Amino acid sequence: MTRGAAGQGIRFVKPSVLPGFGLALGFTLTYMGLIVLLPLAALVLKTASLGWGEIWAIITEARVLAALRLSFGTAFIAAALNAVFGLLVAWVLVRYRFPGRRLFDAVVDLPFALPTAVAGIALTALYAPNGWIGKLLEPLGLKVAYTPLGIVIALTFIGLPFVVRTVQPVLEDLDRETEEASATLGARRHQTLARVVLPTLLPALLTGFALAFARAVGEYGSVIFIAGNIPYVSEIAPLLIAIKLEEFDYAGATAIATAMLALSFTILLVLNLIQAYGRRRYGHD
Amino acid sequence: MAQSVSRRLLTRVAFLALPLVLAATLAQAANITLLNVSYDPTRELYKAYNSAFAKHWAEKTGDKVRVRVSHGGSGKQARTVIDGLDADVVTLALAADIDAIAKATQKLPADWQSKFPHNSAPYTSTIVFLVRKGNPKNIKDWDDLVKDGVAVITPNPKTSGGARWNYLAAWGYARDKYGSDEKARAFVQSLFRHVPVLDTGARGSTTTFAQRGIGDVLLAWENEAFLAINELGPEAFEIIVPSVSILAEPPVAVVPGNTDAKGTTAVATAYLDYLYSVEGQKIAAENYYRPVKTEGIDPALMKRFPEVKLFTIDDKFGGWAKAQEEHFSNGGIFDQIFKPGN
Repeated sequence: MTRGAAGQGIRFVKPSVLPGFGLALGFTLTYMGLIVLLPLAALVLKTASLGWGEIWAIITEARVLAALRLSFGTAFIAAALNAVFGLLVAWVLVRYRFPGRRLFDAVVDLPFALPTAVAGIALTALYAPNGWIGKLLEPLGLKVAYTPLGIVIALTFIGLPFVVRTVQPVLEDLDRETEEASATLGARRHQTLARVVLPTLLPALLTGFALAFARAVGEYGSVIFIAGNIPYVSEIAPLLIAIKLEEFDYAGATAIATAMLALSFTILLVLNLIQAYGRRRYGHD
Repeated sequence: MAQSVSRRLLTRVAFLALPLVLAATLAQAANITLLNVSYDPTRELYKAYNSAFAKHWAEKTGDKVRVRVSHGGSGKQARTVIDGLDADVVTLALAADIDAIAKATQKLPADWQSKFPHNSAPYTSTIVFLVRKGNPKNIKDWDDLVKDGVAVITPNPKTSGGARWNYLAAWGYARDKYGSDEKARAFVQSLFRHVPVLDTGARGSTTTFAQRGIGDVLLAWENEAFLAINELGPEAFEIIVPSVSILAEPPVAVVPGNTDAKGTTAVATAYLDYLYSVEGQKIAAENYYRPVKTEGIDPALMKRFPEVKLFTIDDKFGGWAKAQEEHFSNGGIFDQIFKPGN
């Protein structure tokens, strides 16, 4: 992700096989500026119309904190679930040949393609106490729809492709010979897995985790139908932003948004650093 | 189930897109186009009313007029107008939302509500209960909503105009019955303790109650309750009318800040005026809104509206501005009743 310049130190003009680097860089900067930085700057600017004290008062309000905790907590759990099961899915898709494999491979991307509101409505219909799955869980005393558990499920759903799609290519490149070598050197299966396979996959897995997490934190459409939206219990931070907007409180809404942005950015940065460390440590690119 | 949901969604999407496509293709033939920014449960009403008005206007002036309607949550709709949507008229769920537009943009005069008769509310509605057939929890009045084991479905007053009427109706009832604001507050608080899901809008709550089977009673606009029964079958649900409820007055207004520039002020005003005509009132009644003038309307049609004691927001709460500030603003009573430990 942050490769390239990092290894060589900062050098802007580097002999390249591609001509027109200056033009390409200019385009990149302009494009990123227009598409990413400008909207974010507008967000921060709008927030800046409040003083620091006011911003702090808004984001440390008990209800906002509860919503932030819920959003980040459920996003973390969902991303962790995806890391485990997404890895499994990728493993099966890469290492085994079975009828319908291509179909399943395509199905992985569906959560990307589906409008999130549709996903939310479908999941709610399934997990509501009278839905197909909810009906089975209800007698066990397990409530999914309209609880934080429902939020986790919605976020797991929308985050799945990130882990599978980042891990898959690395798994494909992974030399079977190294695994065989470790086996001939006397390693057991789980040792091979823990010492050889996982470390190589770790950077990709972390990237997938980070992407799934980042996507889940800001998710609104799929969650809003299944969450229940009860303040302090199942109210996600993006809903609170929508509520602030309903109150015509633009600055308050952007204050929460900026807090989410800052938190997400910090977490992604930390994950990036861990990843960079992992790459250096295990020397796999 | 999933399939029927997706099929229903598809038809709904098609249904929503159709008027847009029609409006786009026919726009060229029309001389005048008006944009009516409205809220969610008026879809059926304005669909019928717009063609009636177009006919009336063509007969009267020879001009063709086409009215496009945008629907959504009332607060969200107000915000799109504030953000620059070129509405000729707004027909929203609450006076507070139109007040917000007037305040934020100066596109409406502050006294907009005095421009049309009856507080600029050409039709009214009220809040009733929708229960499952046979009324298994025996719900008759507001007090029954806070009994043990009763789950109540209402949208979130912070995101839904209709839900604010629900909340204020309960409050008004409790204050009269128990005599003080503190007791009313305690009542509303325990009512919301019985709410397992707060959807963001009225239609969402109807879905939660009717399709997902959650809750024992849905607090709904009277017209929404009727539509739900029409849509989902009288064999599944019935309407319970409480002893007292609130007179919900969804107001209408011309937005001169937009119409003056477009030259549509006269026709926009006529469009809203016609709502008060016998024809307009009849269409409102047919779509389950209570007409403000009943002369000339078939009494058989009026039979669908049961007699109920109604109080107004002006009587009980001193108007929308005050109610909004006290109950629904940030940190207001509604926010407080959800605080843990309260």
